[in-house]
Amino acid sequence: MKNIWTIAKREYDNYFNGPLAYVVMLAILLPLGVYFSLILYFNSQQAYFGGAPAPDLSPINGLFAFLMIFLSPALTMRLLSDEARMGTLELLLTAPVRDSELVIGKWLGAMLFILTLLLITLVYPLVLNNLVSPGIDWLVVIASYLGLILLCGAMLALGVGVSAIFTNQFAAFFVTLGILFFLYFMIGLPAQLLPQSGEVMNYLSIQNHFDQMNLGTVTLGGVVYYLSLIALGLFSGTTAIEIRRWR
Amino acid sequence: MIKVSGLTKDYGARRAIQNLSFDAQQGEIVGFLGPNGAGKTTTMRILTGYMPPTDGEAIVAGYDVVEESLEVRKRVGYLPESVPLYYDMVVFDYLKYMGELRHIPDVDDRVDEVLDMVGLGSRANGYIGNLSKGMKQRVGLAQALLHRPEVLILDEPTIGLDPGQVVEVRELIREIGKERTVLLSTHLLNEAQNICDRVLIINKGKIVAEDTTENLQARLLGAERVVVRVRGEADELADSIKAIKGVRKVETLTDGGVEFEFASGKDLRPEVAKKVIKDGYDLLELRPLGMSLEEIFLELTGKEGKK
Repeated sequence: MKNIWTIAKREYDNYFNGPLAYVVMLAILLPLGVYFSLILYFNSQQAYFGGAPAPDLSPINGLFAFLMIFLSPALTMRLLSDEARMGTLELLLTAPVRDSELVIGKWLGAMLFILTLLLITLVYPLVLNNLVSPGIDWLVVIASYLGLILLCGAMLALGVGVSAIFTNQFAAFFVTLGILFFLYFMIGLPAQLLPQSGEVMNYLSIQNHFDQMNLGTVTLGGVVYYLSLIALGLFSGTTAIEIRRWR
Repeated sequence: MIKVSGLTKDYGARRAIQNLSFDAQQGEIVGFLGPNGAGKTTTMRILTGYMPPTDGEAIVAGYDVVEESLEVRKRVGYLPESVPLYYDMVVFDYLKYMGELRHIPDVDDRVDEVLDMVGLGSRANGYIGNLSKGMKQRVGLAQALLHRPEVLILDEPTIGLDPGQVVEVRELIREIGKERTVLLSTHLLNEAQNICDRVLIINKGKIVAEDTTENLQARLLGAERVVVRVRGEADELADSIKAIKGVRKVETLTDGGVEFEFASGKDLRPEVAKKVIKDGYDLLELRPLGMSLEEIFLELTGKEGKK
């Protein structure tokens, strides 16, 4: 457990050693801020001209989730692939660290970075709560953030798993992006074309469970789905590292 | 401390090492010599728990490298050949990170201590990427020494160092080797000769010789060869030496010296000296010609290559 924390802490610090952390922060917080301002502006206009429903947080967190399709591969692409390319993987694999601890530590480092970002975005519900009367529904906000945490956790775990397979970080980026794109947009498509497969395909879509949570509905199926994806990503990563040893 | 028996490793269809067996005791420095691709790094990687063997067994510090890999890794310090480091990290932070992964108590103090040991105390706050190759090598060595390992495995530890640093690092290894087991690979034969108690010569995945450098020389030569030099003309010197009983293979050298051989264990140098002086020559030099480790190495690896 201590090893996981040591590795996670280093990865977290390492994001801030280069430009990546700041680029990702800018790529998320700028669109979110602009979008939030626009929502406030149009809602206030609508309210002025004859009433509108009070704005809620779901579009903001929805945009966060959408942006993560592109940004989570950027955050995970070099986590293990670069260790393999630089040869530093040899140091970690000859230190008394389990392969699973290494993979989980890397994932946790990326997760801590996303949690930092999510902490910053809490400014939106706080502002919103002051602007609408009688305040926003905090239970919905909690459900939405739980959804985001689980969704990001799953995306990052899949990214770490892919990063363990490749030695080229760009290969890891594009493969992760492809997987996330497929799980977010494409896996739900057959549901529309073949109604009988709808239930299974909708369950497998990484977007659907989040959409529900974003509106305040937390289902056990959704939580289990994301936790399963996290386990799958971390297990794939650990297996890829073990295969490296045996090759 | 290290006990290897029947170790074999295949990379796909290619056999990297074949049926290796050797051991190394506590307080012993063992040199691993061999040409590129001989299987040195593969063997070291197996011993450090980086990869499992295809067959055979290796016990390091009392633990099996496959079954008890984590226990082995706790007790082994390893400097890989390429000296992998995080170039974007500060020296101190890097060593602290590696120390934390090894659960070293009072890690900050220990990092300072090891940095002083390898002579990098003044560069503790510099980025690794900005260090010279020799300094990077020393950071790698510091990492390997950090947890006071029982067994130290060093893959080409002095490569890239300047002569002064080479002497320092060798001194450090010799010091560590007094109490711990050190296995080091090297291309530099004089390094093996200087600091190793014993050498293993490996070629094409097999050990072709294993002994002290002195014993290897004696074994291969089976005789001692000596050169004699005298002042002035020495046309009849060779004939004079030939007359001594037990002397064989007498050759006159182009510079006037004479080289001869006698069976090892029966030192004929005093007799030769007496005879040379008795014959009226001024004796300038009477020097044994040992077979250098280079020659031993070429002899052994060359023979294997021809098979």
